[in-house]
Order: sequence, then C-alpha cells, then structure tokens
Amino acid sequence: MKPTPQQRIWMYEAMLKSRRFDDAVFQAYWEGKKPVFHMGKGPLPGEMHQSFGQEPTAVGICVHLGPDDAVGAGHRPHHVAIARGVNLERMAAELFGKKTGLSGGRGGHMHLYDNSVNFFCSGIIAEGMGPGAGMALARKMQKKPGIAVAYNGDGAVNQGAFHEVMNMAALWKLPFVCVIEDNKYAVSVTTQESTVVPAWKRAAGYDCPGEYVKGNDPDLIFEAAARAVQHARDGKGPAILELETERLHGHFIGDSAGYRSKDEVAAQKDPIPLYRKRLLDEKVLTTTAMEALEAKVQQEVDAAMKFARDSEYPAPNEALQRVFA
Amino acid sequence: MAQEAPSSGGSSRTLTMARAGREAVIAEMRKDPNIFVIGEDIAKLGGVFGTTVGMADEFGAQRVVDTPISETGFIGIATGAAMAGMRPIVEIAFVDFIGVCFNAIFNFAAKTHYMSGGQFKVPMTMMIGYGGGYNDAAQHSQCLIGTLAHVPGIRIVTPADAHDAKGLMHTCLRDDNLTIWMVHKAIWGLGWLGTAIKTAMATVPEEEYTIPFGKARIWREGTDVTLVGYGITVHHSLQAAEKLAAEGISAEVLDLRTIVPMDRDAIMKSVTKTGRVVVADEDYMNCGVTAEVLATIAERNPKALKAPAVRVANPDVPVPFSRPMENFALPDADKIVAAAIATLKS
Repeated sequence: MKPTPQQRIWMYEAMLKSRRFDDAVFQAYWEGKKPVFHMGKGPLPGEMHQSFGQEPTAVGICVHLGPDDAVGAGHRPHHVAIARGVNLERMAAELFGKKTGLSGGRGGHMHLYDNSVNFFCSGIIAEGMGPGAGMALARKMQKKPGIAVAYNGDGAVNQGAFHEVMNMAALWKLPFVCVIEDNKYAVSVTTQESTVVPAWKRAAGYDCPGEYVKGNDPDLIFEAAARAVQHARDGKGPAILELETERLHGHFIGDSAGYRSKDEVAAQKDPIPLYRKRLLDEKVLTTTAMEALEAKVQQEVDAAMKFARDSEYPAPNEALQRVFA
Repeated sequence: MAQEAPSSGGSSRTLTMARAGREAVIAEMRKDPNIFVIGEDIAKLGGVFGTTVGMADEFGAQRVVDTPISETGFIGIATGAAMAGMRPIVEIAFVDFIGVCFNAIFNFAAKTHYMSGGQFKVPMTMMIGYGGGYNDAAQHSQCLIGTLAHVPGIRIVTPADAHDAKGLMHTCLRDDNLTIWMVHKAIWGLGWLGTAIKTAMATVPEEEYTIPFGKARIWREGTDVTLVGYGITVHHSLQAAEKLAAEGISAEVLDLRTIVPMDRDAIMKSVTKTGRVVVADEDYMNCGVTAEVLATIAERNPKALKAPAVRVANPDVPVPFSRPMENFALPDADKIVAAAIATLKS
C-alpha cells in the first residue's frame, strides 16, 4: 500500500511542523543561557531532546491512526506528539512551564500528555512499553476498536520492560505496535556497541512480525507501517517495526556529540528537504502550493510560541494540586 | 461513600483477612466489568496468599489473568489499562519483589495523574503481602511500607483485621488513584503459617462497607501511654497492653490503618491524652513510619509528650534467617512492654 498524494502532503506538513517547532524551541532555548550555559535558566528550562531528523518515523506511523488509537512516546517526543495531533499551543505552553500547558506545567517536554488524542509519554527508557500495551489490553477487554503504538529508541530494546511486555503482548495477542526508532545512538553508545540482535529480528522470539525499514523515508515507512498496523487491527497480535532514522543534533541541546566522527556527521541526510524535493519533482505539490503550506505551518508554530510566551505561569502553590484524583 | 460497617441489619461471620479481602474484590467485580485481577499464580492457584481462590472459575481467565514472572511488564500494562478506562487489581505476593518493578510503580503509575495535569487517572489497586517472622530471610520478609509511602501519588492501606481488610479493599477499589492494600503475612490467615492470630479474625458483615482513608482506629483505650502501630504491630501492642494492665499501666492502642494518608489528628489526640508514646513497626526504623509519627508530634505539639518517645522497629538490618537473630530484629509484645515502661520511667 502506497500513500495517496493527500497522505503524502499530510506527512510533509506534519514533518515540517515538527521541524519548525523544534527550530523555534531551539532558538528560544538559548535565551538566558549565554554566556554561561545553565540548563535551568531562561524561558525554556530543563533538558531538551529534540527530534531533528527523526520526523519521518512519526508521520509514517501516525498517518495510519485514528481517534480510537493510542500513542505513547518517549523522552524525545515532539515529532510524535505533533504527528499525533496534540494541541500545539498547549504543548508549547507546557514546554515553557505555563498554566495553559497540557499538564499545567507539571510535566514539561519529556512528559507530554493529551487525553483528547490518547497520547502519553514516559521519560524513562522503555517504560512506555507497558502502558502502551496496557492501552491495547483495555481496548481488547472492552471490545473497543483501536490499537496502541509505543515509540522507543534503539537503546530501549535492552531494557527488561521491552522483553517482558513484548512477550505478554504476543501471548495475549494484543493490538499493539512497538516502534523502534533506530537513530543509531543511545546518548553516546552506538547500536552496534549495545545490541547483538536488533529488535526487529527479536520479533521471531515473540512469534510476531518484525520489519526493519532503511532510509528514513516517509513513503517506505508508510508502507511498512500499513502492514504492522493492519496486523494489529486484525487481532493477530503485536508487531515490531524498527525504523532507521537520523539524530541530526546531540542527545539534548548542549550535547555537542563529540563522540561522533566528522565524516559520519557529514554523511547524515536531512529527510525534510529530500521529501520536499520529491513531492515537487513528482508534482504532488506545485511550488506555489508548497510555499503556501510552508507559510501556514510557520504561522501555526509562531502562534503556538506566542501563546506559550504570553501565557501566565501557574501560581507556585498549584504544585500541590493533582497528586491524587 | 465513606462509612463504617452497618450497625444493624444483615448477617455477619468471623472471617480471616484473606477471605474478607477476597469478598470485597468479588463483590466489586460482579458490579463493575472493568475490574480485572492480574498477577502471578492467581488463576489456578488462587494466589500465593489465597486472595483470588475460586475467582477464575467465576470470572474466567479474561478477568483473572495469570502472568509470566514479569512484574515490570504487567504493572506497566495494568497502568496503561487503567489510563484507558479499566480498573485493574494487581497482585504482587511479596512486597520484596517491588525491587524489580519499582520503576513502573513510582516513575509511572504514581506520577501519571500529576504529570498529566489530571488528564489521565490510574484507578489501580495493588494487593501486596509483607512481613517476616517465619524464617524466610531478607528477600522475602520485608515490609518496605516506608519506602512506598515516601513516594507521592500512592495511597497505602494496612488493615490489621478482617473487618478492616474488607472495608479498606472496597475503599481502594472505588478510588480513582493508585492504591496499595497491604497485609502482613502473619495475620492474613494463611494455611501455611499455623493458626491465624485470633485478633486478626473478625466479625465481618456480609454487606458492603467502606472505611475512609486516613482514619485511625483505637483498639483499646488507655490513659498512661499510647502504643501506635499498624498491621501486625497492632496485635503485638494489644498483647503488650494486656501485660501492662497486669502491672497497673493503662495503654491505649492506636492502629494507623492507612499510612498514606496518615491520621495525624488521631495521633495527636491520643498522645495529648496520655503524654507518652511508643511507636511499633516491623519495617526498618531509619526514615520510616515510626519517624513520621514522631515528626508529626514534634511539629504539632512537642509539649504533648511528658517523656521521650520510644520506637520499636527493625534496627536497620536485613531480616536475618536464623530464628534467634530474626526474633531479635522483629518487634514483639515484650519489646513494646519494655519500651512503654521505659517511657513511663523517664
């Protein structure tokens, strides 16, 4: 199954929105952090793991999902949240720690939750596996439609939670898709240095489909995701989809990634200009339409950032609220 | 919803804590199809501690789910199911095993409601056994209640008898938070731990009833010294109070019943009356429940005490295997008696 022109435009738009959002966040992040870098200073404090280069993994999956489905992301969630349709203004406000944020400033960028689109995060590696599969279990138990997708990095597959949850998801034939974003690095340790057998091959151990998609290409991811999602929707149990992707920046803003060679970094390809060119070459979009779309995306991102900046901080003692329901 | 046992109407019987807790689970499961139980050895075996005996027959394998030995995985799965509208009950037989799944409990389940700004609720109850006294050594005898109570976002109840076991289970199952229902193995009424402690068996109404979080229970009124405990140390304290009475000392026995939230008003009310306090806990002493009780007194009214408080708790050693050493480490009635006399003499 190949993406329709409309789906391809949707994928491009979501990738671009993620990129422009990350650009804006990157710029704002440095405010108040020069000349001396202090992670806790400025309007955007805290660790910031951005999605530069990984946008295709989000759109190629989420384009197949509907309102009944659930999505869990990890500590690098912006692209997935945006592709899932999380409210951008409230997401931006959450990054700024504002009262209008998704969680009123209690979560921050690693803990984005939007119940209206069944979206959650976990900042602890592989810890989203269980809750993701649990959302799949709830759908199965309640005989409701929908599947759950859990995003993990390549480093997550060596956590116990990955194995424990895949085994149970397969045992109980849960409508669950485990997505592994192979950006080749778990902070500074390469996949080769950490992993003997990659996740997609381990699928054999769970008697479920496993597939690796090379190239960080939205169209190829779309096709593989269609198979994995359909498998889960058909009640045949989980699937593992491992996607080659690129981390174009450091692990977080401030990580200069000195552990990567210059040649390796120079060889990295940015998926967004490549996809833009393809859509123009294949006349999916005219240059005029492309520019209009890009202007619209920029406007949306600018509005979200403005909303976030203009919003109030929570009152300090709001910290005491929401510990219990 | 909070109410004590009905005072009239309906019949009641004497039950063990295991049966009383199970009765509440079954009653709630019959009413709410979203409740399911998940854990190790709960379907065919009926739970290591008998908490789910017969339930698989009534509710089927879909609602009484045997798992692989994968605590991190199934606690995470139960949490996700709770976020998506189910109301799971998770059994972890021995609290010691939270060592392998603490991340799923305290980094995710306990924090999801807060970090999501209240968007996602986690209505999940964990049933956990704790405690030693039967030579199971350091990896199967811990309490770890102070450890769990240290983490925000978890309600912890520790019933001391069958009546409270049922009422608190109903309360947990109707709450929209992560709750932990913890019972000391020695008072649960387990076939493999000899005769059940009589004071832990209780008359239990057949009707449903709830017991509110954060409401302590005075088991025995007294005027000279307050003995604070929960779970098994309530029974040690009751024995101690008998012995003290023989020496003309009137001890009040206060059962915390729920650790989070803790009934600090009840603690203050009792110690203001008696002026002396002994806090007994089988858990580790350092930074534990005993310290929390004394901190409450120190903060609210240190002058309430006429004499220094005394703590009777594990002296911060792994629970030893050998009988004489284990007995040394664990609290008992005699140690509480000695502590009470010490505070009365000082």
